[in-house]
Amino acid sequence: MAAPESSAAAVPTLYTNNALRNAFGGVLAFFILLLIGVMAFSIRLFSVIKYESVIHEFDPYFNYRVTQFLAKNGIYEFWNWFDDRTWYPLGRVIGGTVYPGLTLTAGTIWWLLNSLNIPLSVETVCVFTAPIFSAFASWATYLLTKEVKGTGAGLTAAALLAMVPSYISRSVAGSYDNEAVAIFALIFTFYLYIKTLNTGSLFYATLNSIAYFYMVCSWGGYTFIINLIPMHVLLCIVTGRFSSRLYIAYAPLVVLGTLLAALVPVVGFNAVMTSEHFASFLVFIILHVVAFVYYIKGILTPKMFKVAVTLVVSVGLAVCCAVIAVLVALVASSPTKGWSGRSLSLLDPTYASKYIPIIASVSEHQPPTWPSYFMDINVLAFLVPAGIIACFSPLSDASSFVVLYIATSVYFSGVMVRLMLVFAPAACITSGIALSQAFDVFTRSIKFQLPGIASKAEVDAAETSSSTAEAQNDVVKAEKSEETSKNRPSKKSKKKEKEEKPLTKAKAEKKRLLALPLDSSVISLLLLILLGALYVVHCVWAAAEAYSAPSIVLTSRSHDGLHVFDDFREAYAWLRHNTDVDDKVASWWDYGYQTTAMANRTVIVDNNTWNNTHIATVGTAMSSPEKAAWEIFHSLDVKYVLVVFGGLVGYPSDDINKFLWMVRIGGGVFPHIKEPDYLRDGQYRIDSQATPTMLNCLMYKLSYYRFVETDGKAFDRVRQTEIGKKYFKLTHFEEVFTTHHWMVRIYKLKPPKNRIRGKTKKSKSKTSTTSSRAKRSGTGKKNPWH
Amino acid sequence: MKQPRPMKTFVLQEQGPIELTHATISYFFPKVEASVKTHSSTPMEAPIRATEFLRFTLLSLLFFVCRSSPSHDLLISNAERRIDLTSHIVKVYLTLKVENAGSTPTSEILLAFPPTQVDHLATVEALVTKGKRKKTTLARLDVTPTELPDAPNGTKYFTIYLTNPLNSGESTTLEVLYLFTHSLEPFPAEIGQSESQLVYYRDSALILSPYHIKQQTTFLKTPSTKVESFTRVEPTNRAGTEMKYGPYEDRHPYTFSPILIHFENNSPFPVVEELVREVEISHWGNLQVTEQYTLVHGGARHKGVFSRVDYQSRPNMNGVSSLRYLLARLPPRVHSVYYRDEIGNISSSHLRTDSRKSELEIEPRYPLFGGWKATFVIGYGLPLQDFLFESSDDRRYLNFTFGCPLLDTVVDKLTVKVVLPEGSKDPSAVVPFTVEQHLETKYSYLDVVGRTVVVMEKKNLVPVHNSHFQVYYTFKPIFMLAEPLMLASAFFLFFVACVAYLHIDLSIRK
Repeated sequence: MAAPESSAAAVPTLYTNNALRNAFGGVLAFFILLLIGVMAFSIRLFSVIKYESVIHEFDPYFNYRVTQFLAKNGIYEFWNWFDDRTWYPLGRVIGGTVYPGLTLTAGTIWWLLNSLNIPLSVETVCVFTAPIFSAFASWATYLLTKEVKGTGAGLTAAALLAMVPSYISRSVAGSYDNEAVAIFALIFTFYLYIKTLNTGSLFYATLNSIAYFYMVCSWGGYTFIINLIPMHVLLCIVTGRFSSRLYIAYAPLVVLGTLLAALVPVVGFNAVMTSEHFASFLVFIILHVVAFVYYIKGILTPKMFKVAVTLVVSVGLAVCCAVIAVLVALVASSPTKGWSGRSLSLLDPTYASKYIPIIASVSEHQPPTWPSYFMDINVLAFLVPAGIIACFSPLSDASSFVVLYIATSVYFSGVMVRLMLVFAPAACITSGIALSQAFDVFTRSIKFQLPGIASKAEVDAAETSSSTAEAQNDVVKAEKSEETSKNRPSKKSKKKEKEEKPLTKAKAEKKRLLALPLDSSVISLLLLILLGALYVVHCVWAAAEAYSAPSIVLTSRSHDGLHVFDDFREAYAWLRHNTDVDDKVASWWDYGYQTTAMANRTVIVDNNTWNNTHIATVGTAMSSPEKAAWEIFHSLDVKYVLVVFGGLVGYPSDDINKFLWMVRIGGGVFPHIKEPDYLRDGQYRIDSQATPTMLNCLMYKLSYYRFVETDGKAFDRVRQTEIGKKYFKLTHFEEVFTTHHWMVRIYKLKPPKNRIRGKTKKSKSKTSTTSSRAKRSGTGKKNPWH
Repeated sequence: MKQPRPMKTFVLQEQGPIELTHATISYFFPKVEASVKTHSSTPMEAPIRATEFLRFTLLSLLFFVCRSSPSHDLLISNAERRIDLTSHIVKVYLTLKVENAGSTPTSEILLAFPPTQVDHLATVEALVTKGKRKKTTLARLDVTPTELPDAPNGTKYFTIYLTNPLNSGESTTLEVLYLFTHSLEPFPAEIGQSESQLVYYRDSALILSPYHIKQQTTFLKTPSTKVESFTRVEPTNRAGTEMKYGPYEDRHPYTFSPILIHFENNSPFPVVEELVREVEISHWGNLQVTEQYTLVHGGARHKGVFSRVDYQSRPNMNGVSSLRYLLARLPPRVHSVYYRDEIGNISSSHLRTDSRKSELEIEPRYPLFGGWKATFVIGYGLPLQDFLFESSDDRRYLNFTFGCPLLDTVVDKLTVKVVLPEGSKDPSAVVPFTVEQHLETKYSYLDVVGRTVVVMEKKNLVPVHNSHFQVYYTFKPIFMLAEPLMLASAFFLFFVACVAYLHIDLSIRK
């Protein structure tokens, strides 16, 4: 909604004198930006108002726990933190395996507030970090778009980004995840790159490296930056746009940025050793070669230069071939060709589902569907092409970057739903440019043709067009790209405008010819406003309804009011207070982070899926019959098993629905678990047609234990069927807690029975503690106690 | 002197808390004999057979026949004791008719307690009836714990101070109320989900007293008619939920006759292990109260499985002693009430307000079975003018309730923190009972010098302790403006800095 405001804002300032108008426009832009920030913050508070101020979902709980640790123990302890509460018995080195940006940011905010004696809890700070940073992100968008296409486009893009649903989905209050700060860092890094490119200032180049460092700290998506910027540099070189500004924008970034990136423990030497970073080094070399060539060209005569080129090219080709051969050999020698699994699945979308079930099992790693595009960026999808066209007229270094950014991010978003998040800012920027250009054209057309002000407009024509914020900056940009030597900060550039007047006058005449008919431009203007309104309505709906649920507390509306399902926290609170502090809890990895954070109990696997074998072990246990499962769990020192069951209340994302992934992941490591055993004619079912393996596996039993006694029929409301096996007893597990709506069920492993005379030998070999042994013994061997 | 009747115990269930084996019998037997012998010099002592001792616990042995000569000439002509065992807080109402048989007036009357009971004694109150017949009024008397040099077997005393000394030959009637916590011992100590909770109660059939008691009766009220066993000290009657011990006549000082009652008590035993109440005074008109609870079910420990299906389908037979909800009585005009724990809001609570009181019904996240724990926080705001007053000497004082607002709950340890506004001086607290006190400093929103916190600690509280206490302090209203002025000047400086930055050209090259 700020879009029409901003362009309309320019209108009343037309007839005052220039300096005052600039000042007034500046103040107005400042207040609009402030309002955009407030809107970006407040639209994300739906979750707090509708639910409560609480950390959402899965990963944020881990980040919250790390932040708590940081706040309590300080930064040095944090770097050295070995977490023994997770991945039992392996543990996890937290300090060296997390992207610390988010945690450090929230920890710093908390520390700052507390040293000002504002006693906010760590939780409160964590909950509101994401909304605060989305306000920052919208301001960064303003800066970036302003560098590309002027203030009007900047304000429009900032307003669009402040409420784009794709970004809201990851940054509502409580969604305390890396992306919350990373998107800000991403946009800000791009802004500083463009700013350096436009000004050629080494100051901004340094800032750019620091912003890049912050991005590396925050999110693994930094590889997008370190590949996109080299691509743009290459594009500039290829299209003959090499300049010293380009060199200053890129070379310090690679050198400083790589050094800084290597400081982050989780990246470390990866910053120079993995293929994701190689492109930047290659372009770095190319840039230097090109710069050298330009230098040589400057000091040699054209004839000499030609000779030199042939000489160098022939020698250079040979050297290049050798270097490339070495590189290829190096890369090929590493098993994944130097690429990590997630990155490979970006290049080859089918890679993950083929080879890594654990990556494929996460819904956010799936390719998006068309409706999800409409859901996440809504009308922006239609405005993006217009914005790309607007970027081409005229094509500057900055606008070519935006085009490249949107092109690559469209590809990546098509690979993985999660990367819609990278695409959203690009879409907002291009749409902002498109909207603002369209408004510009339409309002100008109206202005020239309105009879009342036509005569005055005639006189003021030159001034009018140059003073509309967008047009003005356009011209400045165009000027700047032509004359490379005079690079001054934009603060001073205002004084320069007066000198450019003759030139702009000519341009204004040209633009006058492009004016559209009055009625059509009025209608188009109205339609554009309508489109904007639709977008706002959709965004508010998405923020309020679709993306605000914290997913740990569920609500359902029925005829007798709101019903709250708070089963997860009920179970976690029970575990926290009524089990021994060192007890180990086994569950599917989805609930690992929550269990450690909310219940403070040791888990076997969690959402940081770094050890596939370990996860496969739990998957195998869940898909094994009771006895074998008991042995696996017992070997892992597990005391409680937690399953999520939605059959009573119809909660669809429960463990039975995730069960096939457990089978697949388990079967991937332990071949005796075979997926077809759990499927009847290729269909996954739990009713009377289900396979005996399915009906006897631990997950089935723990989910449906005594379920039949609730309604007498054992009707599963998620699968919409009666279950296959209704009456059975548990021999190795006992139910110790089931939540109010049965959504979480906790079982305790029964203690091992006393040895029976004559079976001493056998049971000794059974209780051997290595998990693989236990598993092997669990495959189909007879139960010695029955 | 009349020969007292030999005491008999009637035990239905042959399981005692301390199982006496042959070894222990032979070990204790000579001791019992010895103790009988040493005291048998007094002719009033009952000849007690050693076999009856075996039913008594070891501790009760210590007080069995101990006596010392009280230095007073008081005697109790009639004593009636009513023990209420219906909840987990044991309430004892004692009516004493005290007679001064000596020659000197006295105003001090001693109450005696065995040391095991003193540990669980939460409060002692004494009232004296004044006036005649229908126009009786009750007046509260001072009661203080007293140490006596010749206390037999560690008997502890409380002294009741009469307002008017009791002259020779006069008599007065005292109403004494005292409460015990943690005095019902679950037996069996662990029960399954479907079992009902049985508890032991230990006391004496005779009132332990340093005075001669002419006539005494004890009534016990159990929550249900289900009584597994009880000690008989004839005459003993049981009818419905009431048991009557006595009347016993002419018992000498320090006579003790242990009884053990094993009965069903299915009421949940909510025990707050630790409660921290923080009362923060803001002179802008709000009183913010934050209460942090660590709640535990103090009854028989839960054993084995917890089956939700049984619990939900048969609530009358399953988990009858489980703690399903709690009721907190809050002051009227309460606002912004919240109920949460360390992982977020707990949605199961209801607030009912009317003009005289507010009731907050809270459910823990899960039903609490014996031994299960839960922690939670209740917070609410109150209008300041209801609780803050100005005293005559130009000081202000806060008048607030001390104890725990949860009904029928025992608090093991209570810490009350009164956070005075920044800049207040000379705090002093007036509490109707003894508490440990000290001062702290707390830094809250934008504080510079910090707020004075008056900390009061007390152990073993029952709802009777919900009386008012006062905290006096001096405060100058000008301090209220400190923080707004600070903020205003900070913003002013920020804007000045912005203006200065915009108007100063810092570039080296012009």
